[in-house]
Amino acid sequence: MTNKTICLSLGGLAAALLAARLACADPTPLEVRALLHRDFHAKGQAVMSRVDQDDLQYLCTVTDGKPSAKKVKEMEADQLALIRYPADGNYMGDWKRGAEIAASGKGMTWKEKPGQDRGGGCYNCHQLSPKQESYGTVGPSLKHYASVRPGIDGQKYVYAKIYDSKAFNLCSQMPRFGTSSSLTEQDIKDLTAYLLDPASPVNQ
Amino acid sequence: MLALRGAAVLGAAALALATASAFAQSERQEIKKYQRMTAENSPVELWELEGADLWKAKRGPNHVSLERCDLGMGAGVLKGAYAHLPRYFADTGRVEDLESRLVTCMTTLQGLSEKEATKRVFGNADKPSDMEYLSAYIAGRSRGLRMQVSTKNPKEKASYEMGRALFHYRAGPWDFSCASCHGTPNKRIRMQELPVLSSKQGARGTYTTWPGYRVSNSQLKTMEWRINDCFRQQRFPEPDYGSDAVIALTMYVAVNANGAVYRGPGTKR
Repeated sequence: MTNKTICLSLGGLAAALLAARLACADPTPLEVRALLHRDFHAKGQAVMSRVDQDDLQYLCTVTDGKPSAKKVKEMEADQLALIRYPADGNYMGDWKRGAEIAASGKGMTWKEKPGQDRGGGCYNCHQLSPKQESYGTVGPSLKHYASVRPGIDGQKYVYAKIYDSKAFNLCSQMPRFGTSSSLTEQDIKDLTAYLLDPASPVNQ
Repeated sequence: MLALRGAAVLGAAALALATASAFAQSERQEIKKYQRMTAENSPVELWELEGADLWKAKRGPNHVSLERCDLGMGAGVLKGAYAHLPRYFADTGRVEDLESRLVTCMTTLQGLSEKEATKRVFGNADKPSDMEYLSAYIAGRSRGLRMQVSTKNPKEKASYEMGRALFHYRAGPWDFSCASCHGTPNKRIRMQELPVLSSKQGARGTYTTWPGYRVSNSQLKTMEWRINDCFRQQRFPEPDYGSDAVIALTMYVAVNANGAVYRGPGTKR
């Protein structure tokens, strides 16, 4: 029923209509969720509640990543409000430690313990240091990023983007590392330094 | 032995291609060259031979072989069976993939409990699993035949549609769906170009080469394993082996691959 409401509310544009019709032919997210609860089991830290969608995941699923502009504005603001900035106002940590977090694709799976091997998996999707040839292309290149986002405004933005990417692009493929408690405040500071410290290989 | 020789061949191919301009491209070429070189003498053969023995072996409390197992083409018929799976089976009243169907036969024919039949479905390099041997053998009996998976039965159609919905369902701490990695053309995760499994082209190239022998760890992996490990990386809980959810995803990709010639079991990175 919820799905039907969303399908109807998308009626404005022809493209949206087409997307809505495709989505409506499929089982609803609630039916998918019920099947996942029946056919999956908790393993280690990967508990069953992980298959439950929050409002954002639900909306990005049923609209195929393209919610209405009004909804995007509203929910991005909600996400922005979830970001907890460092109390001392210092966004920059240790870029060397940040390099390790950026390279690691581990963490949060049923194989690791909670809090263990916390990786950002940044290289899975982004180019960062020009010296590292093994990088993904799902996200934009962040090579020489200090020149793209200079100054304290750049630091605050990078910290916030890693903390909750959805505050800036609601249906982004990038995880919300702070909001999901996947990375700590210090981890995110270290990554911010890896991206913006002039001495970091990213900016060499 | 074969694996070692294969590795040496791959090494030589890598050396020859070391000067290629793009690393990703050269890696792709290496694997293609390896696949060509090993096409006649692939280590996959060893899994198929072992699987043939297991198929014929009298096992379980009933001390019978799997030779009367009906994989959809009639009792004991292997030719083309894999190219038609997953499919609806009237005796169990559900859509089954190869692996869940083998579990069905192990319980109904051989008299094993489901727990016994699924005790060790994923093997390792030291000791592959019976399911891996059997999957390689049976899939190999569809080599050269076109994928022809039916959605005529309402349960088959429902399975396909559930698979499509599952594929696009975003959840978990990292907000991932299958489409996060397998939904956009011409994108890489690290150096790996991931197939767009919602497209005909992507599904065809991929589905027709699974189960697959992985050069990097000398193991033959099944489709159930592939989906299981995707969900691990998706940061989801673990799917039950042979469950409707896993079969629905398999169904989705298999139907998308319909019409393509099955070429597996294949050779992977």
